[in-house]
Amino acid sequence: MSVAAHPEKVTVRDLKFFYGSNLALKNINLPLYDHKVTAFIGPSGCGKSTLLRVLNRMYDLYPKQRAEGEVLLDGKNILDKNQDLNVLRARIGMVFQKPTPFPMSIYDNIAFGIRLYEDLPKSEMDGRVETALRGAALWEEVKDKLNASGLSLSGGQQQRLCIARSVAVKPDVILFDEPCSALDPISTAKVEELIDELKTRYTIAIVTHNMQQAARVSDYTAFMYLGELIEYDETSRIFTSPKQQQTQDYITGRFG
Amino acid sequence: MADGYVVSNKYSGRYRGNQIWMSLCMAATFIGLGMLALILGALFWKGFAGLNVAVFTQMTPPPGSSGGLLNPIVGSLIMTVIGVIIGTPLGIMAGTYLAEYGQHSRLASVVRFINDILLSAPSIVIGLFIYELVVRPAGHFSGIAGGLALAIIVIPVVLRTTEDMLRLVPVQLREAAFALGMPRSFVIRRVVYSAAKAGMITGVLLAVARISGETAPLLFTALNNQFFSANINQPMASLPVVIFQFAGSPYKEWQDLAWAGALLITLTVLALSTAARALSTSRKK
Repeated sequence: MSVAAHPEKVTVRDLKFFYGSNLALKNINLPLYDHKVTAFIGPSGCGKSTLLRVLNRMYDLYPKQRAEGEVLLDGKNILDKNQDLNVLRARIGMVFQKPTPFPMSIYDNIAFGIRLYEDLPKSEMDGRVETALRGAALWEEVKDKLNASGLSLSGGQQQRLCIARSVAVKPDVILFDEPCSALDPISTAKVEELIDELKTRYTIAIVTHNMQQAARVSDYTAFMYLGELIEYDETSRIFTSPKQQQTQDYITGRFG
Repeated sequence: MADGYVVSNKYSGRYRGNQIWMSLCMAATFIGLGMLALILGALFWKGFAGLNVAVFTQMTPPPGSSGGLLNPIVGSLIMTVIGVIIGTPLGIMAGTYLAEYGQHSRLASVVRFINDILLSAPSIVIGLFIYELVVRPAGHFSGIAGGLALAIIVIPVVLRTTEDMLRLVPVQLREAAFALGMPRSFVIRRVVYSAAKAGMITGVLLAVARISGETAPLLFTALNNQFFSANINQPMASLPVVIFQFAGSPYKEWQDLAWAGALLITLTVLALSTAARALSTSRKK
């Protein structure tokens, strides 16, 4: 596949990340290609979630965390001091490990994010909510109880509600931080199917501890270890002919 | 070993120790609860005897004649409302600052410390403070001064519960809201508050319960008023102060009214506490 057909949506350049004085990411360089799924794998504490939280600057909420280097979104450095964080986070959505529906109705969970940026008449808002819920393969299950609390749904449904919520604000990129680790296998399969569908419209990054999942859903895979990017390549190559011994050991389960 | 259970001296000693310890604990429980039962029993006995329609419709009587508690009931309601209206927003906003904005700042720990002192400050001191601040410059006692004194009692209670309840809201929920591109104030007002709503309302209810029985801060501020007055710029009657005055008097009618007033306050506090309890358990679902 040619690089020109899939331009780099996000480019990470010489990224270093600090928790206080502790260096958590050491010179990370990698692209996220447009309309592709990039998976981040590696043992706990390797920095993959940290990297994800740099991409929407979630770390900015915590005073002792800082990043150095560049993260380009469509060529513009989002680590820039003047970057508007709210606009950035609306463009780069995030889905978390534990489902986090807001304590309000299913309808409002979706409409909430939309209302932040747009004033829509009721009928149009209804349409947007439906589209978002359909996009997250949840519509059929909740269409008769849109006024029920988001917390009344099952774990898998809650997670899809969160995905619908992210999709509703029309982001360019969606970050998934271990989206299935709190879900049962059937819900996991649904979310994976969904990710496959979403990549036709969005650029996706996913952190996962499940190697089969990375192999199933992603086009590119990055293997990280102790804050370093050990190997980055097309997923098929990482899982069939990795270049680094460490990668080989990790994906075959002989790590340690 | 052959005869199985040989009850050793050590074991029987422990068994006896256990019995004694348990009896002591139960005795302590009975003494504590017994006192409460006696107080409530006397209160209900005498309170219900003094309670009738006139209590709610007539003014406090002059010594030796019958009357009611209409003016102190209305006065208490007005001053409690003033106290809550002023104290609640201040308490909630300060609690929000501590939990959401100031977390680790020096200012926040100072504020938290001062709040803890205020929380346990003798209420008579608060009455004197408002006396100096409002009553002396104005030259007369007033309902508004009473309301202000109650507000100062409300603030630390609401502040503390607000901070505690906001801290219970999971970080993930905040991050999820931020991840949608919400400004901070919006995250707090729309997401965090709605997650902590039941707990925060509980805090306000407990503050109301606390101030509805306060006597000392009203003695120096609202004083009392023998007549009906809804003018907050005038001295105002309140149930606790009327109870204080009537209970110590030698007149039978006044004493009966004091019992009825005490019962009214107790029932109010009971209702508020029950509501607070119900709210905080419903929060878990």
